[in-house]
Amino acid sequence: MAMSVTMDQVVKRAKDSFGQMFDKSLHDLVRGIRNHKDNEAKYINEAIDEIKQELKQDNIAVKANAVNKLTYLQMLGYDISWSAFNIIEVMSSNKFTFKRTGYLAASQCFHEGTDVLMLTTNMIRKDLNSSSMYEAATAMNGLSCFINGDLAHDLANDIMILMSSTKPYIRKRAVLLLYKVFLNNPDALKPAFPRLKEKLEDPDPGVQAAAVNVICELARRNPKNYLPLAPIFFRLMTTSTNNWVLIKIIKLFGALTPLEPRLGKKLIEPLTNLIHSTSAMSLLYECINTVIAVLVSISSGLPNHNASIQLCVQKLRILIEDSDQNLKYLGLLAMSKILQTHPKSVQAHNDLIMQCLDDKDESIRLRALDLLSGMVSRKNLMDIVRKLMIHMDKSEGSHYRDELLSKIIEICSQNDYQHITNFEWYISILVELTRLEGTKHGNLIALQVLDVAVRVESIRPFACNQMAILLANAHVFIVGSNTTTVAEVLYAAAWICGEFCSYLKEPQETLQAILNTKVTLFPGHIQSVYYQNILKIVTHLIQSSNNDQAFAKQLISTTIEKMSAFLSSGDVEAQERASVSLHILKTVLKLLEKSDFNINELSVLFEGSLNPVAPKAQRKVAVPNGLDLDAWINEPPSESEDESVVSETHYDNKGLFYGNSENSYSSNSYANEASSYQKTKNYVEPTADELEQQRESRKQSEQMNPFYLKDTKKSKATPKTETPTTATNGNENLQSSLSKGAIPSNLQVSLSDQLYRQAKIDEENRRLKKKSKVDGTSSKKGKKSSKKSDTVAADDNDDDIYPTIKVTRGGELPEGATASGNEDNDDDNNTKVGNKNKKYDPHRALNIDLNEVPKPTPSPPQPKQTSQKPVDVPSPPPPESHEKPKKPKKKTTAEKEAKATNSKTKLKKPERSDYKELVSPIDDEETTAPPPPASSTIPNEKPKKKKTKEKKSTSKTAAAEANQSAPLLFDIMSDEIPSSNQSTQQQNEQDLYKLAAQSDNLTVEYSIVSKTSAAELDVTFLLKNRTTSIIDHISIHVVDSMSSKLLNTTSANRISFPSLSLFPHAQNYLHVFFTINAISFPQKLKTTLSCSVNKSNQIENDTIEFKLNLPCSQYLRRKTLHSDAFADLMNSGTLTSQSNVNISTGKPNFTSIINTICQSYRLTVVDNVNSAASLYAETILGHPVALLIKSTNSPSNISINGKSTEAHFLSNLLEEIQTSFK
Amino acid sequence: MIKAILVFNNSAKPRLVKFFEHYPEEVQQRILRDTYQLVSKRDDNVCNFLEGGSILGDNDCRLIYRHYATLYFIFCVDSSESELGILDLIQVFVETLDKCFENVCELDLIFHADKVHYILQEICFGGMVLETNLNEVVARVDEQSKIEKQEAGISAAPAKAMTALKEMNLPQKIKDIKLPDLNLNLRF
Repeated sequence: MAMSVTMDQVVKRAKDSFGQMFDKSLHDLVRGIRNHKDNEAKYINEAIDEIKQELKQDNIAVKANAVNKLTYLQMLGYDISWSAFNIIEVMSSNKFTFKRTGYLAASQCFHEGTDVLMLTTNMIRKDLNSSSMYEAATAMNGLSCFINGDLAHDLANDIMILMSSTKPYIRKRAVLLLYKVFLNNPDALKPAFPRLKEKLEDPDPGVQAAAVNVICELARRNPKNYLPLAPIFFRLMTTSTNNWVLIKIIKLFGALTPLEPRLGKKLIEPLTNLIHSTSAMSLLYECINTVIAVLVSISSGLPNHNASIQLCVQKLRILIEDSDQNLKYLGLLAMSKILQTHPKSVQAHNDLIMQCLDDKDESIRLRALDLLSGMVSRKNLMDIVRKLMIHMDKSEGSHYRDELLSKIIEICSQNDYQHITNFEWYISILVELTRLEGTKHGNLIALQVLDVAVRVESIRPFACNQMAILLANAHVFIVGSNTTTVAEVLYAAAWICGEFCSYLKEPQETLQAILNTKVTLFPGHIQSVYYQNILKIVTHLIQSSNNDQAFAKQLISTTIEKMSAFLSSGDVEAQERASVSLHILKTVLKLLEKSDFNINELSVLFEGSLNPVAPKAQRKVAVPNGLDLDAWINEPPSESEDESVVSETHYDNKGLFYGNSENSYSSNSYANEASSYQKTKNYVEPTADELEQQRESRKQSEQMNPFYLKDTKKSKATPKTETPTTATNGNENLQSSLSKGAIPSNLQVSLSDQLYRQAKIDEENRRLKKKSKVDGTSSKKGKKSSKKSDTVAADDNDDDIYPTIKVTRGGELPEGATASGNEDNDDDNNTKVGNKNKKYDPHRALNIDLNEVPKPTPSPPQPKQTSQKPVDVPSPPPPESHEKPKKPKKKTTAEKEAKATNSKTKLKKPERSDYKELVSPIDDEETTAPPPPASSTIPNEKPKKKKTKEKKSTSKTAAAEANQSAPLLFDIMSDEIPSSNQSTQQQNEQDLYKLAAQSDNLTVEYSIVSKTSAAELDVTFLLKNRTTSIIDHISIHVVDSMSSKLLNTTSANRISFPSLSLFPHAQNYLHVFFTINAISFPQKLKTTLSCSVNKSNQIENDTIEFKLNLPCSQYLRRKTLHSDAFADLMNSGTLTSQSNVNISTGKPNFTSIINTICQSYRLTVVDNVNSAASLYAETILGHPVALLIKSTNSPSNISINGKSTEAHFLSNLLEEIQTSFK
Repeated sequence: MIKAILVFNNSAKPRLVKFFEHYPEEVQQRILRDTYQLVSKRDDNVCNFLEGGSILGDNDCRLIYRHYATLYFIFCVDSSESELGILDLIQVFVETLDKCFENVCELDLIFHADKVHYILQEICFGGMVLETNLNEVVARVDEQSKIEKQEAGISAAPAKAMTALKEMNLPQKIKDIKLPDLNLNLRF
């Protein structure tokens, strides 16, 4: 026994020392797998068993080898997470080779959720601090793949230290790793950001690039917080020669410009220079992209706007003409971006894009097609479509041809056929398209034909006769109907010929053609339409024959004869329809023979014109007074049953007839025809007075009637609505009642009246919208407005464009409906937005990051500015900037100590992760510094700015706060190098954007600046688009008051901004000016901001009404006065008005109070002695205003003594100051 | 951000799989297959960009790839990366491989998957571009190989001998990746 043990040990020892030789290496494993192609899985499973054995050995080399093999197997899809612990063992080896193997395995298979990660913290820390830079790099690389929240939290300091390593090799990795730390531990961003920013200026270009990379990633998710960094990036852009860095920066600018158009103006020149100078195509391309972004964000006002567009288009042309497919592709991609705003510039290159349609690369062809649809105008539509048709003939592959076909239809039908001037041409094109072999888009063509015929009244004669030709040749569609859906066109053809048969030139021949077709070979829904419309044509023929009985008899009997064959249809519904039609005809024939026939009895079936009804029309019917839709009508138990019936009704309405959403109007029309008779009856019933009785009897009859569920679904919904008023609840029927116009009841009249009125209102809205568009004068807008709103609307402003063709409102009504039916759309939209957002932010971690970031960014400028400024009380930010570099080291060593010795630290600690604490993070060492910021008076400017802001605008959102950096930016940009105290001060004034109003679409904030030269106020509105749509046609209407008047108006009291469009989630500034002729009282100006929201397929108008607050303080402007002059003024006795207030400010520091007042009210300090200060300013009308502020007994209390020439103004001002401190 | 780097051959066999976000193994394999489906049916003379659609779970994904001899190099990136830049990066990566393996061929990648990873680690870090200078990358890779050799030292000699022995019956290593003439007009 003892012997065998020793033997085992010997063997084991031998294996341990030479194991490597006998174990399979990675090489062997790979070769083995290659040699076992037939039973790879089996071989690998054996190998895994071997690996498991190897992992049990003590020899680290063996383990490392095993782990290395596992990494390979992981690539092949094998789960190796079971070996996590062994991987950690290998990672902890002292040898670099093994360590690296371990880290590689970990980076491939560890992730956030790997539980053994918690064991690794100290090991990784040791490796990070290793003297070998390759070991540290290996650890960092691994960490970048599997870092989780805990590791990010625990190792953040170590990584920060590495950022100041002497080796760029380490530094750049540390910088990049920081990004992963932020993702997993958003709290780290704030304290680390200043250091990260420093790295933008690192002497090593690689580190610099890494920092740019990280900040770009951060900024991409939340651009506005990084606007303050724009000057640094701007400098980097003009100095850096590293194209990678340049590309990143330029891409970042592309994301920033929509937020700050002034940045865009600055960018154009250097970007243009780069475009001219660079030889790197990638850089060129990104420059063009960003220039486009700039041009999109500032649509006008740029000095060489057109030149820039031309330059871009020219360069893109060069790319597209290049033989390199990649450049071609990208060129087309960028071209489509220009197209959105400057279609004309792109249209000039029509030829080039047409050429691309012939490209061998399908992705390029599809790109070119995309471009084409945006390029069409009324002038070139026919041309382009003709070329596409030719192209379609040439092209191969039915997929691509179908793509072309749908593109042609898309191009022609976009915006309700806005580009079509000749509908006869379009119908011919559609007919021609039906000849396309093997197309899958028969449905689409059919819908188009129907749509055009219904909407464009004037085209009906032509369409009818074209369709008659199709029907006459219907047999060609029977062939090969398995592979193509082109027969669908017959559906449209039959319907059009039937419905509009009065336009048929030879209705009788068409009827013959229909009857002679082997209709039963077509799909059921086409047959149904055929049978239904045979009846229509017959009716028409009899009607137009002037009661020629013989003719009628002959016609009907031949029809009956032919139709009998259709009874054998295989489709249930078609058969039923055929049968119904047949029996109607037979009845008619009988009546004819008795000479008892009146054609009206037949024609009433098809009476009235069928109008397209908006899908949401019924929702717009106002609920009549006294109707409570939520109240029980019957006993609750019946409710569930009712509901199911109702929903079924909806389903039926859509589903019964060839229904998909696109052609809902046509299916509605059909529904009307089929069931109008029943409905009419139902409507009559409730109008009777004995409702109670009726209800009872009806309930009974309903229960008795076995067919109840089947054929009176609607009637059930209607009876439910008991009282005369509630009868209006039969909304489902309204559409039909409206379009049929044949309902006898008075009630219905009033209902349809309502609907009509609503429609009128919509129409009015649309017209208004159009008008505002026309005001916009751009040709594009003109085109948009060319949509016909109504057949009634003869006064429509585009009659001059299309003198003859009317497109019925059917196209318009859905749009109008949505314009007024906000609720529905908003719901849709919200869900859409929600989904989109979810998709847009892939990692949950980043989502958190997004919310956390707003705070840190105001800080970056902070250290810089404050550190340059002598401050009397040590405030948190400066220590931060000085101490930060040392902080992590100190912290690691002195953490415990600090905790133990400093009670304040303890208090602070728990707050560290707190949001507030993030605003001004304080290192442990700093906690000894005087009062914590929350309660202290901070003498330097930045924090105070925040304070005043908080006070001034309580309702401001976090995002809004972050935005204030935007105006700040311009100042920085304009003198290139930031942070002189004065400019900071001015910025602070401008920064105060206050929330004015908010709607679902827009947030409006404003800030007021008094002009130094004239008695004018400059009010800047900051508009933020909250939607995912483009908002444009913005105009502002302000009612003038006695003392103020809006300037630069485009119409009475209104300023329009036709060129301004707000892109999704972007913001922009609007400047309006008021001239002021009296300042005594604060004003609240009634302001209305209106705009159009371009939702995916409709345009919606939005108006926001709010009061624009012009407090007295806004009439002040800064004016410095020498103390001598001030004394003279005071003594001169000209300042006759006086006013006093005492204020308890709640702030202990007098200086800071003065500073606050100065900043908020544009006063300047003339003299400041101990606890008294004299301040001076001028009103914009030139009145002097002097304030003497004294600190009274307690330091937080002050008294303000004001003198001026304007008594009311002064007292209002002081009152304002007083309220602001409350 | 680069989301994933995939290298596979003409018959969809993976040669390098690097995801910078975690996906379970089966998902990784699915992504590999889907990518192969998209890429393999494209001619060599068409453009190198593809909309990746929802291949990686969200919609911001583009595939930028190059095809060298038997291998496809695919970078899945989001919209923050420059298409042409990444195309160059692939070139840098392949050239580095070429230098490190002295005329790289698919077999090198097959048998030294770990080394390929180490090379990639010098170029790309956590999904972000780390180094684009070919010589710098090669120098760092060489230095690390040197450390590896030192550490292996004498103890590795027998293992090496074994490997040599095992390789005796391997057919002559075929160098089959021919780097095409580089289209350097895009280079930085």
